[in-house]
Amino acid sequence: MAKPYDLRRYPGFFGITILCLVILYAPLAVVAVYSFNASPSITIWEGFSLRWYVDVFTGPESAKFKEAAWNSFIIAIAAATTATVIATLAATAVLRTGKFRLRTLSVGLISLPLMVPEIVTAVATLIFFNAIAFERGLMTILFAHITFCIPFAYMPISARMQGIEASYEQAAMDLYATKRQAFMRILMPLMMPGIVSGFILAFIISLDDFIITNFVKGAGVETLPTAIFGAVKQGIKPNIMAISTLLLAVSILMVAFSWLIGRRNQVEGR
Amino acid sequence: MPQDREIAIEVQNAVKHYGTFTALKTISLSIRDNEFFTLLGPSGCGKTTLLRMIAGFEDVTEGAIYLYGDEIDRLPPHKRPVNTVFQNYALFPHMTVLENVGFGLEMLGKSKAEARARAGEVLEMVRLSQFAARKPSQLSGGQQQRVALARALAPRPKVLLLDEPLSALDLKLRKAMQVELKHLQRETGITFIFVTHDQAEALTMSDRIAVMSEGELQQLGEAREIYERPRNVFVADFIGDTNLMEVTVDKVEGSRAQCHLGGGHKLTCDSVDGIGPGAKVHMSLRPERLFLSADPVEAESLSGTVRETIYIGTDIATVVELEDGPQFTIRSSNSTRGNARVFEAGTPVAVNMEMGAARLLVD
Ligand SMILES: Nc1ncnc2c1ncn2[C@@H]1O[C@H](COP(=O)(O)OP(=O)(O)O)[C@@H](O)[C@H]1O
Ligand SMILES: [Mg+2]
Repeated sequence: MAKPYDLRRYPGFFGITILCLVILYAPLAVVAVYSFNASPSITIWEGFSLRWYVDVFTGPESAKFKEAAWNSFIIAIAAATTATVIATLAATAVLRTGKFRLRTLSVGLISLPLMVPEIVTAVATLIFFNAIAFERGLMTILFAHITFCIPFAYMPISARMQGIEASYEQAAMDLYATKRQAFMRILMPLMMPGIVSGFILAFIISLDDFIITNFVKGAGVETLPTAIFGAVKQGIKPNIMAISTLLLAVSILMVAFSWLIGRRNQVEGR
Repeated sequence: MPQDREIAIEVQNAVKHYGTFTALKTISLSIRDNEFFTLLGPSGCGKTTLLRMIAGFEDVTEGAIYLYGDEIDRLPPHKRPVNTVFQNYALFPHMTVLENVGFGLEMLGKSKAEARARAGEVLEMVRLSQFAARKPSQLSGGQQQRVALARALAPRPKVLLLDEPLSALDLKLRKAMQVELKHLQRETGITFIFVTHDQAEALTMSDRIAVMSEGELQQLGEAREIYERPRNVFVADFIGDTNLMEVTVDKVEGSRAQCHLGGGHKLTCDSVDGIGPGAKVHMSLRPERLFLSADPVEAESLSGTVRETIYIGTDIATVVELEDGPQFTIRSSNSTRGNARVFEAGTPVAVNMEMGAARLLVD
């Protein structure tokens, strides 16, 4: 029997749900399907083929894409790692040092960048690098990515840490562990699912970033998104769809991995 | 400074403020070596606060705490040779039962092998050996409780602190654990400081009890002393069931006082210091020290009418209303051998009391 306020009984519920799902996923599905198109056209289906994937790896533009992909992954890994470490320390400081006066302000300052329009951050970062006369290149991209990845890494880490009662660390210290040992042996392992989620979120955000990267990258330095954008400006070819599909696959894999870690942890105990 | 090896924990004029709130108001008490000591009081009276001050999780605002003569109140928790059984157990979810129990020894710098061996030994003691390889989440509440106990006992602390460790268990398991805890305390010879808000639990388990209320020590003594000679109204009311009544003192002779109830009934009560003729004070009468009869059996018997009979299982409680208003509860054992007679509601009866059943109390 349906509950009296069962959402599913509202008229149009089913239709709206389908509409949302279609708008969300139809474009992705089209890109993924047409990346396997045998035709050079992006709208006419001429049969299944892997030629555009081959083209991505061996075609005339492959060198450019390979370098861009390499840059993207190096930056994403370095930025996500650094941001995760900083976010973990920040969460520990905010949540585990008792109440301090500027606590609310600190949390606000850490998460505010999530709400600042990206274009503003991009302009500001560019001006900052100019002001200190920092030469634009891979390093500028990396620093910018570390910065905007911190709040993304911070959210799942701090959410996880909030769910870990202080009594675990107290029990550890009661059992002769120093603060440091309690952190390394108890808090860190318990926080691992949050840390992994934070890392993966930061990684995907960095991998995918276009606006800020486009502002702060040096001439001739490309990441995948800027390289794709550059290629698309000369007309959309199906090899772009193949690259996009590959990126999508990477994201899905990472998210699935993060979910599996979270689930395994739930099974093992809170 | 106390240097007595007989005193495990000495709390001297300990005060605790949380901001402007005073959680403990100048508490002083000594806990003896090898004693099962209980902190008893209603929720919010400061028991956990005092325990956490001994463990090192809260600093003392004023005063001092000594462990076998050494002042410990400035030491961090990991430097105090006391261990805690937490109310929510706080077992490390990512470690096995064996790793949990061995953790303290490992942190003390013992080898992994030694920690494991001792952990195994303590698990044996709490009869959990077969669960050593499990994660805490795969255990029942009662088993988790015993792991928490084993983990705290494994490093052989000088004092074991237990914060309402049984409150999450169902009644039957709780009773079994009460016996087991008492047994473990005797077996290990470790001083236990046990916190509970359950007066019955405190009475059955403790060598001595400290009754607390609103951050103050109300009375400290053996179970029997606290139950039979409560010092004030709070203790009499909090420990066990009692009939509390206002009386006026007529005259005091030694430890006895002649009093009368509001309606003029005369009574002889055990008196306490500081009470003189004319004083209006409270009197406590334990329901099990009263008995009913159809006719008065002594000069001081009170007469009234049965209002209600409550079947409790082991006992039968009878509520009697005296002619002039006050109600008494009388408990008699539900046995066929005794002279326990069940009086129907509405029957006129006499309420009789044993010598010394009535006690005067200060407020
Ligand atoms: N960290 C704290 N900050 C402020 N007040 C607290 C804190 N811890 C406890 N208290 C207050 O101190 C009083 C005693 O608390 P507690 O020791 O936990 O009582 P009990 O264990 O006897 O139930 C309570 O009124 C509680 O609200
Ligand atoms: Mg408490």
